[in-house]
Amino acid sequence: MLEKALNGNKYYWWWISLLLVCIGVGAYNYALQFQHGLQLTNMSRDVSWGFYVAQLTYLVGVAASGVMLVLPYYLHDYKKFGNLVVFGEFMAIGAIIMCLLFVVVDLGQPQRLMNVVLHPTPNSVLFWDMIVLNGYMFLNIIVGWASLEAQKKGVPYAQWVKILAIVSVPFAFSIHTVTAFLYAGIPARHFWLTAIMAARFLASAFCAGPAIMLLLLFIVEKVAKFEIGDYAVKMLARIITYAMIFNVFFFGLELFTAFYSQIPGHMHSIVYLFAGLEDPTTGQHLGVMVPYFWAAAFMALLSLALLIPSATRNCKPVLIFALIILVAATWIDKGMGLVVAGFIPNMFEGVTEYMPSSTELFISLGIYAIGALVVTVLWKIAVTVKKAAA
Amino acid sequence: MKTTRRDFLKVAGVTALGMAAGAGPALAYSKGAYLPHTEHMDTGHDHLAAKRWGMVIDTRAFHGEADYAPLIEACHKEHNVPTIPGTQDVKWLWTGGFHATFPHNHQEFLAERAHHAAYPLLCNHCDNPPCVRVCPTQATFKREDGIVMMDMHRCIGCRFCMAGCPYGSRSFNFQDPRPFIAEENLAYPTRMKGVVEKCTFCTERLAEGKMPACVEASEGKIVFGDLGDPDSEIRHILAENFTLRRKPDLGTSPSVFYII
Ligand code: SF4
Ligand code: SF4
Ligand code: SF4
Repeated sequence: MLEKALNGNKYYWWWISLLLVCIGVGAYNYALQFQHGLQLTNMSRDVSWGFYVAQLTYLVGVAASGVMLVLPYYLHDYKKFGNLVVFGEFMAIGAIIMCLLFVVVDLGQPQRLMNVVLHPTPNSVLFWDMIVLNGYMFLNIIVGWASLEAQKKGVPYAQWVKILAIVSVPFAFSIHTVTAFLYAGIPARHFWLTAIMAARFLASAFCAGPAIMLLLLFIVEKVAKFEIGDYAVKMLARIITYAMIFNVFFFGLELFTAFYSQIPGHMHSIVYLFAGLEDPTTGQHLGVMVPYFWAAAFMALLSLALLIPSATRNCKPVLIFALIILVAATWIDKGMGLVVAGFIPNMFEGVTEYMPSSTELFISLGIYAIGALVVTVLWKIAVTVKKAAA
Repeated sequence: MKTTRRDFLKVAGVTALGMAAGAGPALAYSKGAYLPHTEHMDTGHDHLAAKRWGMVIDTRAFHGEADYAPLIEACHKEHNVPTIPGTQDVKWLWTGGFHATFPHNHQEFLAERAHHAAYPLLCNHCDNPPCVRVCPTQATFKREDGIVMMDMHRCIGCRFCMAGCPYGSRSFNFQDPRPFIAEENLAYPTRMKGVVEKCTFCTERLAEGKMPACVEASEGKIVFGDLGDPDSEIRHILAENFTLRRKPDLGTSPSVFYII
């Protein structure tokens, strides 16, 4: 079926070329980083994880969100999603490839990557993260491909496909839960040391992931004249709305616990995000994240205001706007704030700030382009097969 | 490449063996296989031995930052610790104020002296070390004598241990540290870029029957000894003095004690 990706119009090839250029930029910057080390990043002794790990965290959620289609379709036989499931599965593949790449570019000694496999360490959450991420990726490749093959031949998918699809459901939950455990099990990082971390991760994944997917599907609808189905769109929009309500609610729980208890450690990181903190040694007031975080809070609430009433939710331009600001809000929250604020204040009550360097941004651009390329090619195949089958 | 393959075969072989024997002992002492995260490394030939090494620092005997300088110099010289300006630096032994050393333990109305004093900071060689728990490659491990060690050749540089250590005791080599070493001690290895490092309680000196470099340089103001032996000097000092440990509420059980 791969040959179907080689057939496209002018715009398709322009898009592919653009992605290849971005990948080239990323690869060049990675070569530099490989040579000179992570000194080219803005990470430091105090903020030892940065943009790369934050992107991993965000994209794990995007990958997990495929389950919002798989679950109703395979488990509850919700046929309205039949046309879309494969897109969710293929998007998950792209997202996980990006996750794995973000892990690799974050390593100080990437050539020793296999040590994680050679010296399996069940007490490390990272070990389990690797297992569930790879497992989920392979399940999605197999299930997505097999069901598409079946559709091409015009036959229903085999029973084993359904079984694997259902197996992939707990995997989807676990990739996000285990990634949350990377943070939630760490003593002394009060911002992360919270039992609701995994639930927050899932809630934000189940709104942000389907939101990204719906936006991409709208593009596909336009450029490939492919019918998503009105009913499926409405259903997805409703899922996104509920997940976002939970997401905001869960964050509110964190605020209550921190500020009503008034335990300094629990408050500091949140204060840093919304107001900045003073570094006790220099007396300087630091808060580069503050404008971003207020913007995120504002966009999150506005997206809810637009998504909850069905009148605005069912109006496509408003829906698109709401989805875009929802994605932006969750990205600032998880793709940046969560990781950085965990390290601020540092272990000595000092404040070392962090903003990604150009190297980090270019490498990340390259990885996003690789993900986009994978998704473009897979979706192109899916659209072509589906159109031919229809 | 060769060694990795050998390691892999060893893992495979030992795993098979372990399964054949139906259990643990074969597994428990092979280096490659999975071992629970505590007490799995034989201290072997160490000249000075202990059940659990620990340190008591009499901060009353130090008067300000300058008093710690010779200790820091002894440690950093001995272990080829580079001096790198900026926030990507490497530290094994350094100092901090009262708040930095004992966060969330803000004694109100503390004696001026204690409040303004400098306190030495180093790895606590925790009895229940989170850095060991989170390391995905067992590059960080705890020896039978309580010393938390690192295998620089196995570390993949994921920095999970830095996120996990509640004491900021670990440093990452963001770049090749060698150009930043003023005077290289050829008797101790230098590190490469991309790996994490920290204080080792001077295992290399213990092996030769010597006390840690900072202890030696402190001229008696730091006592190093066996916390596991009720009759040891260090236990007597702990029994007679009030001491603080850093962040005791986290359950890591640090082996470094501060007399205030
Ligand atoms: S102080 Fe930090 S690095 Fe040292 S043993 Fe404890 S957790 Fe590990
Ligand atoms: S950076 Fe090295 S020592 Fe630290 S957790 Fe990763 S592999 Fe282990
Ligand atoms: S015990 Fe050794 S390695 Fe640790 S701070 Fe002292 S001199 Fe340095």
